Amino acid sequence: MTEDMVLPAQHNPVTVGEPLLEVSGLTKYFPVKGGFPIRRTIGHVQAVDGIDLTVRVGESFGLVGESGCGKSTTGRLITRLLEPTNGSISYRGQDISHASRRELAPVRSEIQMIFQDPYSSLNPRQTVGKIISGPMEINGIEPDGGREKRVRELLEIVGLNPEHYNRFPHEFSGGQRQRIGVARALALEPKLIVADEPVSALDVSIQAQVVNLLQEVQRELGIAFLFIAHDLAVVRHFSQRVAVMYLGKIIEVGDREAIYTRPRHPYTHALLSAVPEVSLTDDGDSAGRERIRLAGDVPSPISPPSGCRFRTRCWKAQDKCATEEPPLVQISGNHAGHLTACHFPEDPTTEARDEDIVLDPALAALEEEG
Amino acid sequence: MDGGPEPDTNTGTVKVEGRSPGQLMWIRFKRDRTGVISAFVVAFFFLVAAAAPLISKLYGKDPYTIYADVRPELFDSAGVPVQPNGGISSEFWFGLEPGNGYDVFTKLIYGIRTSLMISLAVTVAVVLTGILLGVTAGYLGGKTDFFIGRLIDFLLAFPSQLFFIASMPVVVSLFVSPRDQTPTYVRVVALIAVQWVLGWMSLARILRGTTLALREREFIEAAKVSGASPWRIIRREILPNVVTPLLVQTTYTLPYLVTGEAGLSFLGVGIVEPTPDWGQMFSKASTELVLQNDITYMFFPGVSMVVFIVAFNLLGDSVRDAFDPKTAR
Repeated sequence: MTEDMVLPAQHNPVTVGEPLLEVSGLTKYFPVKGGFPIRRTIGHVQAVDGIDLTVRVGESFGLVGESGCGKSTTGRLITRLLEPTNGSISYRGQDISHASRRELAPVRSEIQMIFQDPYSSLNPRQTVGKIISGPMEINGIEPDGGREKRVRELLEIVGLNPEHYNRFPHEFSGGQRQRIGVARALALEPKLIVADEPVSALDVSIQAQVVNLLQEVQRELGIAFLFIAHDLAVVRHFSQRVAVMYLGKIIEVGDREAIYTRPRHPYTHALLSAVPEVSLTDDGDSAGRERIRLAGDVPSPISPPSGCRFRTRCWKAQDKCATEEPPLVQISGNHAGHLTACHFPEDPTTEARDEDIVLDPALAALEEEG
Repeated sequence: MDGGPEPDTNTGTVKVEGRSPGQLMWIRFKRDRTGVISAFVVAFFFLVAAAAPLISKLYGKDPYTIYADVRPELFDSAGVPVQPNGGISSEFWFGLEPGNGYDVFTKLIYGIRTSLMISLAVTVAVVLTGILLGVTAGYLGGKTDFFIGRLIDFLLAFPSQLFFIASMPVVVSLFVSPRDQTPTYVRVVALIAVQWVLGWMSLARILRGTTLALREREFIEAAKVSGASPWRIIRREILPNVVTPLLVQTTYTLPYLVTGEAGLSFLGVGIVEPTPDWGQMFSKASTELVLQNDITYMFFPGVSMVVFIVAFNLLGDSVRDAFDPKTAR
């Protein structure tokens, strides 16, 4: 990236802060087929189960959670690659939850996506120029000076040589390919980009470059991002607001500082304590962070636990958690906009506590010996 | 656009041109000596077939002249050429057939022409059907995929050779009353139709699998996100990516169809005399082999067909290796 990069001015600037995308009660159930001799639906994978979120104009909204919690499904629902089972998605007040391809056409150019795997997201038989100009061609966009000029500009914006116009994807490295993917998403001058784990397939040394590129793009062009990732450090670096997902539900949402320094939900605490930390001084546990080690796996989304979905792995779970589902609300002690879905929230700190919480029996046994 | 560096300034005149996967394949193919030689052999056969009328004009003979009537001095009382080795001479390079005394050389090149034309027509039909049904089944999935899949299973269950032999007279009789003389074009159309109906399944199945794998790739989703129509996705994103299995499969299909067509003509249900045909020459030759104990008549069609089939199959292997250098043979 160079300092003097050329970024086109936004055509119709919008005020930062007003809601751009509003999702409410979004649900996606995938049918599970089985049975013999007649195959029928025997259950549903409740991948996303009634989530609400709002992405504001120009902001970066992070969505974190472990594998299989429904993050990517949410992203694909919002870009309408999947049809929602229930709930509504509205973009600038326009309901797009069940819009057909033709009805979506005017909105299509404003919501774009960056994909996870740079090796599978570029057509190996098309040149970079064709890949990036494809979206413009589909939407009939004729920029000043022609599409080729625009593509060269885009290549420069994402830090690639414009002369690579006629090259093929296999001639690039993973990081460069992801830059091509970013250029393709920018080609339509979108207002919202859904980035589905855009750096998790990349080499760690390349991740920072791509994240910085995205951040620059977001700031300079004022594009809102829905940033899906399982890397908490990357999300912290990139997002102003963060939502934590667990088993198809959002369990805590708030601005970055609230989530990372004053988390309330036990699961958020557990996630944050799992982030590896480098400490040069070995001064015992006194100044360290809390330490929580969960046991077991995420329960099957085909038959999720009743009540609070985290209760099967939670050290604070009580009878109430099994019968009553905690609503996602601003609980006492939270700042405005910090919502938590928990009956028995933790203290808003990540400081080390008196005793580590080690639920994993194997780990616990090791600790006993040591 | 406001100021900023021009895109061309920093690189000067250096032209960065990428190599497409197709160009890479071509470069790899050119390095494969077996493949290049095979390609030349195959091209030679197609050239001979295409130029058969020209060759026979230069050679001064045609495959329909009955030399037993025109030049009776060349044959003995039983209709067998007097000279040894089936009457090979400077005038008749590959000899003369016993009986009617057709010229073997022109008969062979015209026979190759007939066989290759029929096989090529079947290949084109098979490829088009295979693309249409295979890509449709793979891309649409669901019920369409189920029905096309079951149709493929059903047709693959047919014993194809037996079906060809049994159905040829039936198909021919659909067009012409059995009492009338069957025109050659009806036989050609019937041969093409019968081989096409039972020939497209394997290609369709391969393309279905490839499309199914491609459909899950993220670049298809990227095209959908930018609002591409299904037709555009199939045309621009999927078809260029199924070229590899398509080309490889086609180079294996064509020689298979050539032998199939030859087999039918050999058995007498394909092209019949006096229209020259590669396979039908074997039928004549095998009779002579028994009657005269003379393998001359088997030699020319036999060697030419073996050379053609081997070359075409080697070409198919080379094409596959060039497209997919990682797969060990």
